[in-house]
Order: sequence, then C-alpha cells, then structure tokens
Amino acid sequence: MSLNQEMWAALVVCFSAVFTQNILLTTFLGMCPFTSVSREVKTSMGLGAAVVFVMTCTTILNWMAYHWILVPLGLEFYRFILFIIIIAAFVQFVEMLIDRYSPKLYQNLGIFLPLITVNCAILGASLFMVIRDYTLIVTVGWGFGAGLGWFLAILAMAGIRQKLNAARIPAGLQGPGITLIIAGLMALAFIGFTGVLG
Amino acid sequence: MSPQGGTPTTRKIVLDGLWHNNPIFRQILGICSTLAVTNLVLNTVVMCTSLTLVTALSCLTVSLLRHWTPRNIRMMVQTLIIAFYVIIVDLILKAYWPQMSRNLGPFVGLIITNCIVMGRCEAFAGSNKPIPSLIDGFFNGLGYSFILLGIALSRELLGMGTVLGFKIPWFTEHWDKWVIMVMPPGAFFTLAVMIWICRSIKPKEQKA
Repeated sequence: MSLNQEMWAALVVCFSAVFTQNILLTTFLGMCPFTSVSREVKTSMGLGAAVVFVMTCTTILNWMAYHWILVPLGLEFYRFILFIIIIAAFVQFVEMLIDRYSPKLYQNLGIFLPLITVNCAILGASLFMVIRDYTLIVTVGWGFGAGLGWFLAILAMAGIRQKLNAARIPAGLQGPGITLIIAGLMALAFIGFTGVLG
Repeated sequence: MSPQGGTPTTRKIVLDGLWHNNPIFRQILGICSTLAVTNLVLNTVVMCTSLTLVTALSCLTVSLLRHWTPRNIRMMVQTLIIAFYVIIVDLILKAYWPQMSRNLGPFVGLIITNCIVMGRCEAFAGSNKPIPSLIDGFFNGLGYSFILLGIALSRELLGMGTVLGFKIPWFTEHWDKWVIMVMPPGAFFTLAVMIWICRSIKPKEQKA
C-alpha cells in the first residue's frame, strides 16, 4: 500500500470507528463508566476527553510494543500483560505531567485518569488493533476514532439523562435499566450510518 | 459484604453471589466484555465458563497472597494474577478450539479488565481466607453467568429461531425473526428488561 492509500484507509477506519462500529454501542466496551459517570454533561465531557487522548496514545504505543518487541521475539501471548502495563504506566505518567504543569487541567481531568486504567474500551481498542492487523498509520485513525466515538456516545447519554430527571420511570427500571434502553435506541440510530463511507 | 465482621458463612456467600448482591443487576459491573458475545448461546457458555474460572482462581490466588502483598501495589499484583489466568484460558482455547477462539476475538483478553473479577478480588478476596474467597469468586461468576445465559437464550431464540444452533420447532415456522435481537441494540434492550424483571421481584432492596 502506498502512503496515500494508507492515509485514506486510516480515514475510513476512523469514520467507521466513530459511527458504524462505535466501540461502546456495538461492542459494549466501557459500559461501567458509561452507566455510572453519565449523569452530568460536564463530568462526562472530562472523562470523554481523557478517553480520546489516552486511547489514541496507547493504541500507538501498544502497536509499537507489539510489532517491534513481541512479534520478533515470538511472545505474542504476553500481549495482555504488556498492554496493561503500558496503559497503566502511560496513564500514571500523564497524570504526573498534568499535575506538574497544569493544575487547572488536573482538577478537571485528573480524577478521571485513574478510572481509565481499568476502562475495558482502552484495552479493547488495542486488542482489536492486533486482531485486525492494522498498520501504524491506520492504528492512529482507529485509536482516535474509537475514542471519539466513545466520547460522543457518553456525551449524548449525559445530555439525555439530564432531561430524564423530570420523567416518570417504573421503579425497577430506574437508573441502569433506563440507561441501557436509551443506549439501545442510540445504538439503533448509529447503525443508520452503515454504508455512508466505504 | 462485611469483611471486618469475620468471614461470612458459606450459605451467605453463595446467596449473595447468586442473587442478593448479584454482580449484574445489583452492582451493574462487568457487563462490558461479555455482552458482545451474547448473540449466540454457545459463545456465551464458553465465555461465562472462562470468566467464572478466572474469577474463582484469581480470588483464590489473591487471597493466598494477601499477607505478602504490599497495600500500595495490590491493584497491580491483582491485575497481573488475573492476566496470568486469562492468558492460560486464551492459550487453551487457541490450542483445542481455534474456531471458538476466533469467534470470541478480543473478548477473552478483555476478561482482564472485567470489573467483576477485579471487584471481587478487591472487595472480598483481599481480606478473607482462601476457601471462602474461592467460593465467593465462583458463585459471583455463576450469578453473572445465569443472567447472561438468559440474555443469550432470548436473543438467539427470538433473533434466529435457534438455540445452540438447533432449530426450535414452532419458532422456525411461525415466527418472524427479530433481526434486531442479533444486532447490538438487542443486547441493550434484553439486558434492560432482565434488570427490570429482577429488580421488580424484590423492589424493597432497590438500592444500587
């Protein structure tokens, strides 16, 4: 593949990761923070932004670690451990960096960073990247797109849930139940994007 | 759920895991990595078995090592223990059932970040004796599995008219297949309905 084709492929992957193959709405990754943090628009903005950033960077780092270290050594099955360590180390590093240089950003974003280490979507994005054999450039598109898709989904959910406060919901369905039904409706809407590009 | 008040009885652990404190509809934990494979019953069975085994064994190991694990790095130690068992499960599947391993894709690896495993290790195994921890992990896994199996059963039956790949008589002839059930939104709706039913049965303890 020439560079040009690869850029195009990255763009297509990015688009489909945001819309048609949204990591949250089609593979259910990152559900735990999705149901618990999506009560307010402001907090979900913070978490979403952190996810976009961490996901983009860690998929790239993990791609390098996998293809340049594990594959030559024939140790592919160690990828679970390696990916987790890389993600945890990266999150820790970013946390210290933000704390040191931008206390204001730290106040807004800092509390979400430790949460992200155990977010299945982050590890999931890296594992999908390995299974689908993406090249480095496509991986950049994929990591960013998947993060952005997650961001969009949690933001939309938070917006809808704020309106829900005024709604009358059956007792057994309150909280997580109604969140899941809304997520299902959102997933339906996102499926509508199928076939738009590529 | 009271680590300070001595080790709870086995009966309490079992009931808590299966119903009173069920991971899915009480704690809303760990639906992430498994919901995606609930469109087929067979995939779900394999996935749930793996998850139950990993949870039980990790709880046992965490509990055995609890006196030697420094408090401040315990999360990392727990993650490594869980990852160790997940790698074993992954390798076994790859070696003896490659087709299933391909079907499940990345989801076996994602058991590592499944909040249930970590949650049980942290909440129970870290402060209790090995055998109760093993039982706790196992029954939490089971409590989790039976909800997911319920979801998988209804999704496969309503969406494709089959169960475990076998055709169910009435459903193949007189049933308009609900394609939506096999697609991702179906999982959301089915899970919501399951939670609704389970929570309505005992509305008194309705505090998540």
